[in-house]
Amino acid sequence: MTTAATQIGAATGARIRAKRVLPGFTLSLGTTLLYLTLIVLIPVIALILKGAEMGPERFWRIVSSPRAVAAFQITLTAALIATIFNALYGLLMAWVLVRYEFPGKRLLDALMDVPFALPTAVAGLSLTALFSANGWFGALLHPAGVPVVYTIWGIALAMAFTSVPFVVRTVQPVLEDLDPALEEAAVTLGASPWQVFSRVVFPAILPAWLAGCTTAFARSLGEFGAIVFIAGNLPFRTEIAALLAYIRLEEYDYNGAAAIALVLLGFALVLLLASNLLQFWASRYREGNR
Amino acid sequence: MSAASLSHAPPLRAPGQSRRGERLLIGVAVVLTLLFIAAPMAYIFARALSQGWAVYAANILHPMTLHAIWLTTVTALIVVPLNVAFGIAAAWAVAKHRFPGRGLLVTIIEIPFSISPIIAGICYLLLYGRQGLLGPFLREHDLQVMFALPGIVLVTMFVTAPFVAREVLPLMQAQGSEQEQAAVTLGASGWQVFRRVTLPNIRWALLYGAVLCTARAVGEFGGVSVVSGNIRGQTNTLPLHVELLFNDLNAVGAFAAASTLTLIAIVALLVKTLLEGRKAG
Repeated sequence: MTTAATQIGAATGARIRAKRVLPGFTLSLGTTLLYLTLIVLIPVIALILKGAEMGPERFWRIVSSPRAVAAFQITLTAALIATIFNALYGLLMAWVLVRYEFPGKRLLDALMDVPFALPTAVAGLSLTALFSANGWFGALLHPAGVPVVYTIWGIALAMAFTSVPFVVRTVQPVLEDLDPALEEAAVTLGASPWQVFSRVVFPAILPAWLAGCTTAFARSLGEFGAIVFIAGNLPFRTEIAALLAYIRLEEYDYNGAAAIALVLLGFALVLLLASNLLQFWASRYREGNR
Repeated sequence: MSAASLSHAPPLRAPGQSRRGERLLIGVAVVLTLLFIAAPMAYIFARALSQGWAVYAANILHPMTLHAIWLTTVTALIVVPLNVAFGIAAAWAVAKHRFPGRGLLVTIIEIPFSISPIIAGICYLLLYGRQGLLGPFLREHDLQVMFALPGIVLVTMFVTAPFVAREVLPLMQAQGSEQEQAAVTLGASGWQVFRRVTLPNIRWALLYGAVLCTARAVGEFGGVSVVSGNIRGQTNTLPLHVELLFNDLNAVGAFAAASTLTLIAIVALLVKTLLEGRKAG
């Protein structure tokens, strides 16, 4: 099978470019396309077909219903809060982890990956208990009149936790690659540490930073597991879009679920495109620096 | 990652004043991380063990919890090898060959990362559910995909699709294909080239990708929640079981179940930290 595949691969390859000497092209590309088609593309197409089937009028009626609009607003607002937090926290962490040497640095670096490794339901469970009235943090915050659980702040907290690594891990490599000569030149010319950061370092990491923020925002919009625990899920108050879609499914309202899911899918694809463009810009910036 | 930062000297800075700024930034970073990331992790074990080891053991050994652990393990055992095979195939096709649409293919591989697992679940329900596109066909042949193991496996395959590919692909691209071409010239077969030349070069990235994929597969919640139907003792995976116990107001039980998932996450992080040095070296 491999040799046959190789021959076909070599034959078609010769037409496209002569460089193809390695075997297994047809086999590997075939496997890849088959897997992606069956697992990713066909299910996504099923959703798009469902949207087409219901027609624009019905789609619009569902997504513009007051409860859906409220859910989208809550989701977007909380995701924005979470992203602003991560934009600052992620930048700080990337800076500290790249530029300074201190005991425990490797552990701190490893902790940055916790939100990816920890299942979102576990994160949601723990954050909810931590911030509820008898938890470690809730016991301090509740008497101070800052309820987090069952508010939009709780949603933002869960979103922020689950999307921490995006900003850190996109900015970190760019910061590592930054030529120290630039900063040294700025210092020699009399720039203050803040001027060096804002005029030299920040412009260089800006594309990567924005790309990381975009991905963090996209992830926050789609987050579900961590939020259902902490949100309390009250319609019009703490009900996020993904949960509303889930509720519609449980009511066997497949059109309702599909319409909301399509809006979220649209957001995700636009943000994916934006992040890819930013990363492309970032890679050009880095190559330009060398 | 940290190796690269050591390779060049730190930039000049004014002594005294800047040291203070440095200490302040490190302090803020450490405190925020301890509160925001380490505390939620520590709290899981604190609560799981809050009534002693005997209660903890009883919670873990509860038949429902054991069943959830078993179901989650079976799912991971099916999904991870398939994902490894897919990841290798995708990386081999994209990194070692040039063809039109390569960039598009890489973007499609990344799509599951940006799609909410809930949406993935809805997609699968619209395809395989009773009212779904394939619903009539499945009913005719008496095949149950939704609210059963196949549905759970398929959704987990969706959400984990990019994990191995995105670790192996950049490495294969960076390594180029000179070594493989040399092996082919010397008369090695395709399989020999892969096993003797490529695999040793990518093994750590492959292992790392597989570990990440396992952690993700084991922890998947939203998508599985949609397609599993949450049938107690039947289609309840470990993360779903955590939610179920929490909703039953059995917080200690929920934390005990969650602690097993947390241990898996810690192992994944340890493997990652250990492999990082090897990947760089």
